[in-house]
Amino acid sequence: MSRTSWIGSAGSTDPAGTPAVTASESEPTVVPTGTTAAAKGGWRARLVTPQLPWRIVFVVVIAVGVIAPYVLDPAFRLPLFTKYLCYAIVGIGIGLAWGHGGMLTLGQGLFVGLGGYSMGMYLKLHDAGPGKVPDFMDWSGVEKLPAFWEPFRSPVVAIAAVIILPIVVATLLGLLVFRQRVRGAYFAILTQALAAAFVILLIGQQGYTGGTNGLTNFSGFFGIDTYADAGHRTLYFITAGVLLVIFLLLRLVVASRFGRLLLAIRDGEDRVRFLGYDPTVIKTIAFAISAVTASVGGALIVPVVGIVNPGMLDIVPSIELVIAVAVGGRYSLAGAIIGAVVVNWARSTFSEDYPSAWTYFQGALFIGVIAFLPRGLAGLLKQLRDGGPALMRKLGIKPPSRPTPPTAPPAVAPAGDQAVVVPEQGAPRQEAV
Amino acid sequence: MNGFLNQLPIGLSIGAVLLLAALGLTFTFGQMGVINMAHGEFIMVGAYTTYMLQSWAGHNAVIAALPVAFVVAGLFGVILERTLIRRFYGRPLDTLLLTWGVSLILQQLVRDLIDNRGVQVVAPDWLIGGADLGGIRIPYNRVYIFCLAAVCLVGIWFYMSRTPAGRRMRAVMQNRELAACSAVRTDRVDQITFFIGSGLAGVAGVALTLVGTVSPTLGTKYIVDAFLVVVVGGLGQLRGALIAAFALGLLNSYVEFWSNASLAKVIVFVAIVAFLQARPQGMFVLRSRALT
Repeated sequence: MSRTSWIGSAGSTDPAGTPAVTASESEPTVVPTGTTAAAKGGWRARLVTPQLPWRIVFVVVIAVGVIAPYVLDPAFRLPLFTKYLCYAIVGIGIGLAWGHGGMLTLGQGLFVGLGGYSMGMYLKLHDAGPGKVPDFMDWSGVEKLPAFWEPFRSPVVAIAAVIILPIVVATLLGLLVFRQRVRGAYFAILTQALAAAFVILLIGQQGYTGGTNGLTNFSGFFGIDTYADAGHRTLYFITAGVLLVIFLLLRLVVASRFGRLLLAIRDGEDRVRFLGYDPTVIKTIAFAISAVTASVGGALIVPVVGIVNPGMLDIVPSIELVIAVAVGGRYSLAGAIIGAVVVNWARSTFSEDYPSAWTYFQGALFIGVIAFLPRGLAGLLKQLRDGGPALMRKLGIKPPSRPTPPTAPPAVAPAGDQAVVVPEQGAPRQEAV
Repeated sequence: MNGFLNQLPIGLSIGAVLLLAALGLTFTFGQMGVINMAHGEFIMVGAYTTYMLQSWAGHNAVIAALPVAFVVAGLFGVILERTLIRRFYGRPLDTLLLTWGVSLILQQLVRDLIDNRGVQVVAPDWLIGGADLGGIRIPYNRVYIFCLAAVCLVGIWFYMSRTPAGRRMRAVMQNRELAACSAVRTDRVDQITFFIGSGLAGVAGVALTLVGTVSPTLGTKYIVDAFLVVVVGGLGQLRGALIAAFALGLLNSYVEFWSNASLAKVIVFVAIVAFLQARPQGMFVLRSRALT
């Protein structure tokens, strides 16, 4: 396994790091030199930074996001798009756990379900009115509300449960499993088994959970009419806002010291351990964060699609989310969003007309992305950029050294360049004998 | 009390199927570090082979299909190994997703080419019914499945511990580089391991036709449990797989008997996590000085 874990990270040493590295490393250099640049009267120097393209893209995406609900057909396309954004929220958590932490979680359906059912239970009880049981319980002959449903009458409890339940479950599982150094494929299988068990439990407890049908027929969502066009727009803005906040928060997490440690654990857990850190705690926290994002995504998807049922949480949708993240780029948080939106959009577009062909295409997508595009769409640009120098190197031509950022002091820049570039090409190959 | 004992043959036969499915997984995982999610589809291939043979061999298809399913599923495995998996050795998580894609395609192929819904394999007369043993009912089909697993287990044990090819396989499993240095053709050994492992899944598929409908999603039902057997038993461990498969099979059927089916999986999962607290590497561990 030692062999495998290092090779496994061979393609992955850099991509996650680089956005974070450029962000965090250039920040301190920009600030002091920025003043001198300003003193020279160069407002352009402050504007044209290495992050400029990224910022432009960010602004464009936000603009498109604001315009979208007024362009898309509010009755059909807009709710679909909102649904993709919910998946993107789940995907971003997978990106953190898998791309940054090396923890492949195949059971995010469990956390989506915890959030979705918490929200669904509240909405159901809200519709039923005080003292009454939800309609499906009537049909199953359950007359008295089960004790674990009772707290969900309160919206505060329901929203708190969306946050707290996944943290509790993920922390418990994480501590138990990571403490014993169960990782890699073992962890993936365990999460998958947990999601499967959860789904079987939900289906089996027909009277308490609505069984295969799940919870549905909600009349509204906190006063929003989920059947009206205006309601669709409101839901869209809520979802998009939550996605934006989570994205920005997780960017901070990734760029922080904690994020660097997480990357370090992914690439060499034992080395981090030898340095005196406790990987168990760090991995558990990262896993819990990804669980919460999944749960929030699950809670938001309930009013959007108007239903939460076990079929949405099973192994298959869980692993499809993972592959969507892989398509977008597992090492980049933005990639996870792109992947979730693109793959789900492609699914609804193609499977409307060719359900069987879509399955083939999806299978081929799994294989193709893993085989040819391990960094996903987000890595495609990087791959193109690195392709030229790599080809030159292969041909024995010395590529011109990359120009150092003008703001960085010359003594620091090559060192920083080394730290980023060398491990990405040299180190894994050496160790992967 | 009778109910308790009646559960025994069911639990044992579930364990037998899990064992057949897990043997292939534990060897491919242990030897090559490959998580083959398409393994479940090899079970399905075995089951559908039985169904196809039914028109030719009649009710005795469950006998005639044994060698055929073994070879057909084995060939599927070798093709998969040669074309795809070989390129991803050392990237277990990637093989997991890759082979999941393969399994999606195989399932859809069956849906399009054979039947969207389930098909039924008719058991021969001598497998219908059961014996009464002091008030305990022992269905013949369960006995057949159990015997099938026992024969396969003995065969694998003999192959691994008594033949030169098996010795090479163990050598590669324990230390690939050293085996390669000692003139063992590791890629050839990998192919054979894949063939045998996938073939055993095919045999498991034949066994499953006796206890239920054959559907395109047959494999997905068993793949997670089979992987849990590997996790609990330890990588590449014959003994571990044997004990873990029957433990899981019995645990499943008894928890189901005492509580209900939906709670059973949760309890089994908790039991496995608890077990991993004591033995995180599984029951038996290949001794090695490697750090991870």
